[in-house]
Amino acid sequence: MNTIKTWIHQHQLGGLLALALLILVILPAGLDIFRLNLFGKYLTYGFVSIGLVMLWGHSGILSLGQGVFFGLGGYCMAMFLKLEASDPISTRIQSTPGIPDFMDWNQLTALPLWWQPFHSLTFTLLAVVLVPTLLAFCISFAMFKRRVSGVYFAIITQAVALILSVLIIGQQGVTGGVNGITDLKTLLGWDIRSNSARYILYFANAGLLLACIWGCMWIQKTKLGTLLLAMRDKEDRVQFSGYDVANFKVFAFCLAAALSGIGGAMFTLQVGFMSPSFVGIIPSIEMVIFAAVGGRLSLVGAVVGTLLVNLGRSYFSESFPDLWLFLMAALFIGVVMAFPNGLAGLLDSHIKPWLARRAASRQTPVAATGDPVVPASITPTQDLPLPTTIQAQPE
Amino acid sequence: MSFSDILNIGLMQGFAGLSLFAVLLLMGLGLAIIFGQMGVINMAHGEFMTIGAYTVYLFSWLADNRFPRFSQTYFLVAIVAAFVIAFAVGWLVEWALIRHLYKRPLDTLLATWGLSLGMQQVFRSTFGPKEVSPTLPDWLMGSWAPHEGLDIPINGLFVLALTLVITAALLLAMYKSRWGLRVRATVANRIMANASGIDTRKTDRLTFAIGCGVAGVAGAAFTTIGSTGPTSGSLYIVDSFLVVTFGGAAHLLGTVVSAFGIAQTQSISEFFLTGSMAKVLTLLLIVFFLMIRPQGLFASKVRR
Repeated sequence: MNTIKTWIHQHQLGGLLALALLILVILPAGLDIFRLNLFGKYLTYGFVSIGLVMLWGHSGILSLGQGVFFGLGGYCMAMFLKLEASDPISTRIQSTPGIPDFMDWNQLTALPLWWQPFHSLTFTLLAVVLVPTLLAFCISFAMFKRRVSGVYFAIITQAVALILSVLIIGQQGVTGGVNGITDLKTLLGWDIRSNSARYILYFANAGLLLACIWGCMWIQKTKLGTLLLAMRDKEDRVQFSGYDVANFKVFAFCLAAALSGIGGAMFTLQVGFMSPSFVGIIPSIEMVIFAAVGGRLSLVGAVVGTLLVNLGRSYFSESFPDLWLFLMAALFIGVVMAFPNGLAGLLDSHIKPWLARRAASRQTPVAATGDPVVPASITPTQDLPLPTTIQAQPE
Repeated sequence: MSFSDILNIGLMQGFAGLSLFAVLLLMGLGLAIIFGQMGVINMAHGEFMTIGAYTVYLFSWLADNRFPRFSQTYFLVAIVAAFVIAFAVGWLVEWALIRHLYKRPLDTLLATWGLSLGMQQVFRSTFGPKEVSPTLPDWLMGSWAPHEGLDIPINGLFVLALTLVITAALLLAMYKSRWGLRVRATVANRIMANASGIDTRKTDRLTFAIGCGVAGVAGAAFTTIGSTGPTSGSLYIVDSFLVVTFGGAAHLLGTVVSAFGIAQTQSISEFFLTGSMAKVLTLLLIVFFLMIRPQGLFASKVRR
């Protein structure tokens, strides 16, 4: 038992296991399928959040365009499901059977060429990861090789989010326009709207998310992760040590994009549609606040933050719709001003020392009775604040 | 369609572009001061524009309902009031929020985005979710027809004249006044500026407030060509950021040139394509340009 404990502690898996317990056991046991499906939707934003932790918290690059990659992943999946839903028999009342309904409404008579490959599931699954990654590579390679960073990069990613959402809405004949791609029914003949399918998709999504978090934790521990961290804090030194900083930045951006793409695809599968309202500027920047509330440095914290913000949103926007925007504003300002490391940062800076003090004070009487020679003035309770002040000094 | 018709359409389309140019330029100038000179990203800049627009609406409402005598002249007072109110709110925001975040530019982005959400909700609760328009005085209505088939709206001309005046005043202030000298000194080298007796904190606050005030004037100009809603300002925020980066941050003249280029590209391509595709084309061109030349049209000579 003790060896397992040390192993968990050594690999810092405690948070991950707690999260796994929450989303794999507690939530499915305590919620009906409707609510669980809602949580499944929130967890798909969790993919974006952990991408942002790797990109923003760990590597110091803020992207305001994660919705682009979430949307691209989601659209790839939605295109496959839409093609399956619009076979010639079920679309026989259209003037051109066999093409998606919105194309028919927009007087298209044939499937556009770039829709064709999405008949294949293998291609689609590859595209879910590769399309966002490729776009991220193109953007970031051009920018980072010219040493564009920080604020400018954030603005460019925001412009990309605006471009893609305007493009999708404008080209409604081939993209479904502002409604997006709706009425998705089956995945290889398996009805994704049934309750059993929703349970399976929820668990697949949760498992995939945990696996992605574990993968990111592993990356953080490798030399690559150390370099990313070093790059965030002292970019020049990493550069002068002979590393090409741009390549690492491109990697971090592509990783975040790939994770967002997976999240988007899982979103489409669980919610049953994809629309441009997840691509634009506002959703993209909201995804940043999910990660910021949970803690931009903590993978598990970011997922918890995502769940909390979304829960808060669905509660407040149902009960007090006027208050929600004020609360969101307060969240943005409060997180940035008061606790930049989010909930996970609060846990590390306040809760854990408090617990340690509690544990220490509980042991004190035992120590006092066991060893009466120890004077009361140097009990651990009073010693504890000393190390923290010493640690605080270098900052 | 004869040649003169085409010429007239071209001229009128070009003039529509000039109205867009006016709003983009006023927004961009305010941002260029705040972002280019101070390095602060003010995502709530659009909301300062909305403040200006609502101020004009408020004055118009007062003139309609309480003081009918002023229904012809209120507009000029409202422009000044728009500047003053936006300036005051900007001053307050700098004091409460921005000054704590100068060392963390990416965090100012998030905090001011939150601020913009809050301000939008304040507008919504105060003025309602519907878009409003002030009653414009008679002398702003109608159009000027210098030629058969060529109609140039007077409100557009007025906005353009206002923009030119503000731009000239800002350029003069930045390059000829004591304030401008202090701002440029602070941008060039904050520590040295401080050492030579410039109160850089006060300079920062004044600079931020002036940038916001100019956004308020942009809002006043905006009311003559469009109606105002709680989210009107946020529609322009990305465009104005692109105007500033495209022109080369820290270069006011670059902002003028890039606002002109962007507005004309969008307006002219709108004639050939649909509105949304024109927007996509314009934005794509800017992004590609910035990928090739990240420092923008006019690079700043300052090393940082």
